[in-house]
Amino acid sequence: MTAATKEHEPNGAYGPMRRKEDARFIRGCGTFVDDIQLPGMLHGAILRSPLAHARITSIDTLAAEGHPKVKAVITGQTLAELGLAWMPTMSQDVQAVLATDKVRFQGQEVAFVVAEDRYAARDALELIDVSYEPLPPVVDAHRALDPDAPLIRDDIAGQTDNRIFDWAAGDRARTDEIFAAADVTVAQDMLYPRVHPAPLETCGTIADMDKVSGKLTVWSTSQAPHAHRTLYALVTGLPEHKIRIISPDIGGGFGNKVGIYPGYICAIVGSILTGKPVKWMEDRSENLMSTSFARDYHMHGEIAATKEGKILGLRVKVLADHGAFNGAAQPTKFPAGFFGVFTGSYDLRTAHCEITGVYTNKAPGGVAYSCSFRVTEAVYLVERMVDVLARELGIDPAELRMKNLLRPAQFPYTSATGWEYDSGDYPRALRLAMDIAGYPELRREQAEQRARPGPQPGHPGTLMGIGMSFFTEAVGAGPRAHMDILGLGMADGADLRVHPTGKAVLAISVQTQGQGHETTFAQIVAQELGISPDDVEVVHGDTDRTPFGLGTYGSRSTPVSGAATAVVARKVRERARIVAAAMLEAAAEDLEWADGRWQVRGDPDKGKNIAEIAMAAHSGLELPDGVEGHLDATTVYNPPNLTYPFGAYICVVDVDPGTGRVRVRRFIAVDDCGVRINPMIVEGQVHGGLADGLGMALMQVIAFDPEGNCLGGSFMDYLLPTSMECPSWELGTTVTPSPHHPIGAKGVGESATVGSPAAVVNAVIDALAPYGVRHADMPLTPAAVWRAIQGRPLRSDLAIT
Amino acid sequence: MQITMSVNDTEYSAEVEPRLLLIHFIRDNLGLTGSHWGCDTSNCGACVVWLDETPVKSCTVFAAMADGHRVRTVEGLERGGELDPVQQGFTECHGLQCGFCTPAMMMTARWLLDNNPDPSAGEIREALSGQICRCTGYENIVRSIRWAAEHEAADRAGAPGEFGDSVQEAAG
Amino acid sequence: MQVPAHFEYEKATSVEHCLALLAKFGPESRVLAGGHSLIPMMKLRLAQPETLIDINDLTELGYLRVSDGELRMGALTRHAELLSSPVAGEHFPILHDAERVIADPIVRNRGTIGGSLCQADPSEDLSAAFAAVRAIMVIQGGAGTRTVPAREFHLGPYETVVESDELLTEIRVPILPGSGSAYEKVERRAGDWPVGAAGAALWLDGDTITEVGIGLAAVGAAHFSAAEAEDALRGEPATDDSFTRAGQIAAEHCRPISDQRGPADYKRHLAAELTVRALRRARGRVRGGKG
Repeated sequence: MTAATKEHEPNGAYGPMRRKEDARFIRGCGTFVDDIQLPGMLHGAILRSPLAHARITSIDTLAAEGHPKVKAVITGQTLAELGLAWMPTMSQDVQAVLATDKVRFQGQEVAFVVAEDRYAARDALELIDVSYEPLPPVVDAHRALDPDAPLIRDDIAGQTDNRIFDWAAGDRARTDEIFAAADVTVAQDMLYPRVHPAPLETCGTIADMDKVSGKLTVWSTSQAPHAHRTLYALVTGLPEHKIRIISPDIGGGFGNKVGIYPGYICAIVGSILTGKPVKWMEDRSENLMSTSFARDYHMHGEIAATKEGKILGLRVKVLADHGAFNGAAQPTKFPAGFFGVFTGSYDLRTAHCEITGVYTNKAPGGVAYSCSFRVTEAVYLVERMVDVLARELGIDPAELRMKNLLRPAQFPYTSATGWEYDSGDYPRALRLAMDIAGYPELRREQAEQRARPGPQPGHPGTLMGIGMSFFTEAVGAGPRAHMDILGLGMADGADLRVHPTGKAVLAISVQTQGQGHETTFAQIVAQELGISPDDVEVVHGDTDRTPFGLGTYGSRSTPVSGAATAVVARKVRERARIVAAAMLEAAAEDLEWADGRWQVRGDPDKGKNIAEIAMAAHSGLELPDGVEGHLDATTVYNPPNLTYPFGAYICVVDVDPGTGRVRVRRFIAVDDCGVRINPMIVEGQVHGGLADGLGMALMQVIAFDPEGNCLGGSFMDYLLPTSMECPSWELGTTVTPSPHHPIGAKGVGESATVGSPAAVVNAVIDALAPYGVRHADMPLTPAAVWRAIQGRPLRSDLAIT
Repeated sequence: MQITMSVNDTEYSAEVEPRLLLIHFIRDNLGLTGSHWGCDTSNCGACVVWLDETPVKSCTVFAAMADGHRVRTVEGLERGGELDPVQQGFTECHGLQCGFCTPAMMMTARWLLDNNPDPSAGEIREALSGQICRCTGYENIVRSIRWAAEHEAADRAGAPGEFGDSVQEAAG
Repeated sequence: MQVPAHFEYEKATSVEHCLALLAKFGPESRVLAGGHSLIPMMKLRLAQPETLIDINDLTELGYLRVSDGELRMGALTRHAELLSSPVAGEHFPILHDAERVIADPIVRNRGTIGGSLCQADPSEDLSAAFAAVRAIMVIQGGAGTRTVPAREFHLGPYETVVESDELLTEIRVPILPGSGSAYEKVERRAGDWPVGAAGAALWLDGDTITEVGIGLAAVGAAHFSAAEAEDALRGEPATDDSFTRAGQIAAEHCRPISDQRGPADYKRHLAAELTVRALRRARGRVRGGKG
């Protein structure tokens, strides 16, 4: 099943290994932000706008200030005096920290109370009196550019409408030509609705300004502590060396914890004003309503093919709803993220997409939630379009995919929109998925079922559906020449210290939120140095103790920091070679690394392992030129390219047409993420992403009513999958190493989230084929499925009427 | 008001506001931060602890309601320095990632196994259905609890399960 | 996280004590049982009672037994207790069907059947189930005890006939021979409130329907029931055709509203579809099937 080359063959320290971090979590000894209590700590709470669009006419905080436990009340006015009422977003926009002029989405931050305890802080919110003059909201993205649409961003000089950007990729003229000449073209509108990553731990922070030293320490749920430090320095004007970000254990991130939110700035200001540490933790409604939504892509896809099913081209138009502030966190040159990889896994001659970003009166965000900078939306688009084409041509979707997948010999492959896919064997992955699923048998079962009379009203009965998706991910941002966030190139550092006894401490810039970095990265060092992973301590999440880097999101930890780790370990090893040569009284070039130690070529009895070499490096041994002593090394890794993991997913569902209920019977996922450092952890990552994708396909959505009220503001309304909806996942593996990654690994954290929604939707639509249903938008709730059968599909981003 | 309760077999008394939620009492007053809160609306189950003999969502119980009762949290799972088989199962089978839902999941798992020592995968899923995990997709949690069930059965049969037989140790 | 506003807290030590506390603190007090509806509303500050009267120590209200030809349940019976009660399941499988899909196992450990009924959520499964089996509510007040049929218990959304100085103490369901019952619910996800739900209780003489109860939740049915559909079934043969007609009548008479769980037309469809399914399963159970 695996085709790893010899040099990439998993051995030594690679393999399933119990996680080092588990010891604290299973005992309830993790340290999450809200677990931290500091002496004299105060608690913050945010007053939020009940309206989606309104002018603030007055704010009266007197009563709140009079509350006996209240220490400070901060408004936009307070912040304006400090020059902090607005902060830069990660997409060259600004966002209000606390509103001064207008509120632009329901749940926007209006005032911040600092009190002795969290209960009192909440009580005081009720004592603040805000007068609003309501304005008409823009709720439907399709109306945002209407000539009479209310102007949301009147704060931006020269802004006359709600347009944020127009962006295009591909060759328009050639695509139009191909479409004009094609045998078959099919078009389909589809919405990838607004969802929220909703990690189980909400976002929060503790800010502690030490007036004496002038040092600000911030404990924060941050996936990117170094980026946060630099941003705080830029926003507040505090010198960067006087800012320390500590990101302790994080209860899931999924992209929600990349950005900086108004509450963080308010807590810092609160600490500066009161001289005490200030903690602010979101409640769940605040989390769902204000911090970092994802998706909200209204897409129109067109696909062109020959009548035999050779796909020729794709043409896409997207209306991107970015909410009230453009807060998307993505590389600067990519306003639509990596949507440009929408040609997916197929050998297309041409493609073109154009994307228009608009403001609406909804929460800001845009890129979050395990989407690999919008590869999620791109994969969903192309994988739905391929199924639409299959239906049009009467070809089995598996056959159509197999016919058009890129072939191994085509790699490295430059796509029609200019992305260079590093490596892949796509047909092998699809074949494996079909083997595990027993695809022909499934189709046979379905044909037999369809030949019998279908379910009757009043009788429970189900229709079987089989759906598949084949995805190519683009992760590990990224090459500095092309990719930066706020001008910060996306390269990450790694420091490796080797103590005299041969025990090692690795410091990395990325931040685990459950991915098991303390284990995986120790395994990489162990593999390179021939020591046990137990002898490697991984330090992360503290900007005073780790090298600079942009953090963990976009599945970039293994592609970037994993590479940095291997590189720095190899630097240590090379240094050790020089020391070993001195110890063995041999020339360095006569030594070879074998069996986890340096030994004299041709004389394996003469060798030294890292522990022996480390002790010598710290000793009085006279060292040759090229090594100062000690083995410690440092590096910065600038990835030459993204890595392109891929996979084939097959979903089997049973749909009850009488109720619209969908049950996922089976889900088969074959993932190829190159070399697997810890296959147990990789499989866990895939499991979680599959559940995420199933949730988005079937239940998760943040919709808005005509007044702009958020209709997904609690876990009673924003539904996440439970153990009951998730099947027992069936996984398969192929290994196609990345040619440019030092250990052949690719990212995998988001693969399953990216790949699975299309498989579920394709399966449900397949089940509904007897009703002539060709498409229905996520989430496919019972109501949505039933209405699709009736030929009156629901629009899932608006209130159901 | 004055309340007294036993938490993990230790007696605690405190003067609290009647509105203090049990989860806050456990976390903030007692410093037992292994139990978490995640949603406010008793949907996510990150706050599950035992009240007397049954798991409850402690974000939806006032500390006052536990006055005179017994509470058990994740910090009370270990006995005499020995991990509970459920704790072992979670690490053996990679039943946790970020670790935030884990303590509550384990408390429910312990209760399930006490009442149904040999649960099917379906019964395990049913028991966990009021608790959200965002990381694992549940499959490895189910396996973890099955691991614990099987090892407890082996223990009862007098053949103690080998710790560490589901995940190989990586060679050093 | 969200936290409730201030309130005074009283722990009732007996039903009489509870009634005395209710009388003392008046309409601004609320009875606290499982708290799984009330406490979340208090955290959102949608409910701000001045006094909570905790009845969780009233073990005398936590029982489940058959006496005088009735299944009698104390109002403080936890959902989990009703679900695990063999005697309840034997006589009224509809109650087990419904309980199995009410919230989740952990909430059911704490939530009480009396609390659910008094919360009077229009989507409450138990309200529909008890309407179907024509339960009787026993309400105690300072002036004594009164009984109210389940179908007259609710005055509207979040409103019941229980006065501010009264306490729901018991639910009784008359046990009549020849019955079968079932509950069908469609929810968006395990643990969610119903998009639509229907319960049915059937009493047959041979193939003829001698009595029938149909309960509906979340579809805007008056009194959580489908009286017109029941009228159309009495005396009719227990056939699929009769059930289909009854389903249509039930759907015609409900007044669902559109919300994020589903549009009104879908909920109306569910009223029909689930009524038929519940009737069919109930019939199977009269005839000895496990259904």
